[in-house]
Amino acid sequence: MAFWNKEIETMPRAELEKLQLSLLKKQVRTMYDSSKFIHDRMKAAGLSPADITDMGSFRKMPFMRKTDFRDNYPDGLFIRPYEDLVRLHVSSGTTGKPTVVGYTRKDLDLWAESLTRGMVSFGMTKHDLVQNSHGYGLFTGGLGVHYAAEKLGATVLPASTGNTERQIQLMKDLHVTAFVGTPSYLFHIADTCDKMGVDMRRDTNVRLAIAGGEPWSESMRAKIQDRTGIHIHNCYGASEFNGPSFLECEEQAGLHVWADLCIMEVLDKNGDQCADGEKGELVITMLQKEAFPLIRYKIGDVSALDWEKCECGRTHPRLMMLSGRTDDMLVVRGVNVFPSQIESVIGEIPYLSTFYHITLENENYMDDMTVEVELNESSIADDMVKLGRMARQVEDRLKSALNISTKVRLVLPDTLKRFEGKAQHVTDNRKYD
Amino acid sequence: MKNENIITQLSIFINNEPGRLAAVAGILKEFNIDVKGFNLAESTEFGILRAIVDDPDRAYDIIRSQGVIVKKTDVIGIAIRDSPGSFFEAADVLGKAGMNIDYGYAYSNKDFDFLFVRVDDAEKAAEVLKDAGIKLIEKSEI
Ligand SMILES: [Zn+2]
Repeated sequence: MAFWNKEIETMPRAELEKLQLSLLKKQVRTMYDSSKFIHDRMKAAGLSPADITDMGSFRKMPFMRKTDFRDNYPDGLFIRPYEDLVRLHVSSGTTGKPTVVGYTRKDLDLWAESLTRGMVSFGMTKHDLVQNSHGYGLFTGGLGVHYAAEKLGATVLPASTGNTERQIQLMKDLHVTAFVGTPSYLFHIADTCDKMGVDMRRDTNVRLAIAGGEPWSESMRAKIQDRTGIHIHNCYGASEFNGPSFLECEEQAGLHVWADLCIMEVLDKNGDQCADGEKGELVITMLQKEAFPLIRYKIGDVSALDWEKCECGRTHPRLMMLSGRTDDMLVVRGVNVFPSQIESVIGEIPYLSTFYHITLENENYMDDMTVEVELNESSIADDMVKLGRMARQVEDRLKSALNISTKVRLVLPDTLKRFEGKAQHVTDNRKYD
Repeated sequence: MKNENIITQLSIFINNEPGRLAAVAGILKEFNIDVKGFNLAESTEFGILRAIVDDPDRAYDIIRSQGVIVKKTDVIGIAIRDSPGSFFEAADVLGKAGMNIDYGYAYSNKDFDFLFVRVDDAEKAAEVLKDAGIKLIEKSEI
């Protein structure tokens, strides 16, 4: 079994926890001194850095939430000046405002380190040729995986998204051995291979893949592995804590969450720590981030953590496959979508009422989002061409706000179901089996 | 003076659900609304019944009171002789005047064959067509 950083990766739990505590104390002190936001929050909670002496006192620290990013848009939570930053990434936020994340050189280094350890843990080496079909750009997926694979010494093909037939052609011609993308894109690749008469087992050298960025399931993994003969390793990450960060080892028994980089808590409904293997809300603290530190961040994902030592020899806790959200965030084709974003677009268009409904479907695990919205009675045109034009206009506005395409259906007033109390805006009919 | 060539059409909006069109037809029958001509347009979301009726103001109030979405739309009726060329003549006149026909549908009674058309500015369209010698139907002739 190969390791990237064997000393850390196999450190006994007690030592790891000691390391976590010392990193944590230092991080809290830095944040208290350089982040007005954290300083004020800690003051309000009656805490000073000296109070954080163990994990028990750490749990008194107030939570950070997605709304804190919005309130401090664009860079109010950065604690380093721009001269120390070497990169920015941007992801969607809950309303019109996106979330901007800054990185120092060390941040990029540790981000890559986190993924490189994971890549090695399932057998990737410098001999691999890695085709990266995550989007390059503001999204963290493309560049995140890119730098980690380079750090490993593998050869990266920065294919980015789209043009599936060409991707498959390159996969064959260049003898690609490892593929990175979303689970649904893997299915799309497999379907396109079938159409092109390409047999992944016979005609390509792909043996490993990393898949993440959207919800999926063990049965989906079994299906696609069976179809393609590729070992597919789950990936977890979010731009708030760098980007894609944690991977499964060759055991495929949960993602190794590097305890020297991250404290991952799992909390039950009462806010108490869940037992090993018990599902709850994930709360993330990054121990070594410099530019944009996170402390007790409620990311909104639900899963379980298992500290039992992995068969591979690694001692760090393993995160199970995500099983839900605590908020109304939707992941559609790998993009985070909040119903509030859709609501604010609708609110800006005078011929639309405030009544809308979102329906999600998937075919071959490729998501489709339809937004039905009621027209204002005074704005209904009796001309199909005009109505069609209005629908296209709403689709364009949604596309520029959400970065993904939606189908818009303009319906008559009083057509959509009315709900008592909190409106149920979403019907999710997607299947992951 | 009111322009006798401007015809009030009712646009009745009906959801694409079983029984909805029948329900609207029931209202028209129950309240003795005399439909002279109509056209049904459909999108995937809903249909639009465009109807020329006797006393459109009364019909409008009745339909509305039954909870159905209805709008008044100005259209003009272009008389067409037995040759299809007469429609193209009218379309050509409007086109040259920079006016676009949104939609149209045919209708006949014992005296005339004509085409109801919807344009953005019905008053102006009526003027342009009459100047070109094209016969327009008057309200009383329907
Ligand atoms: Zn392992």
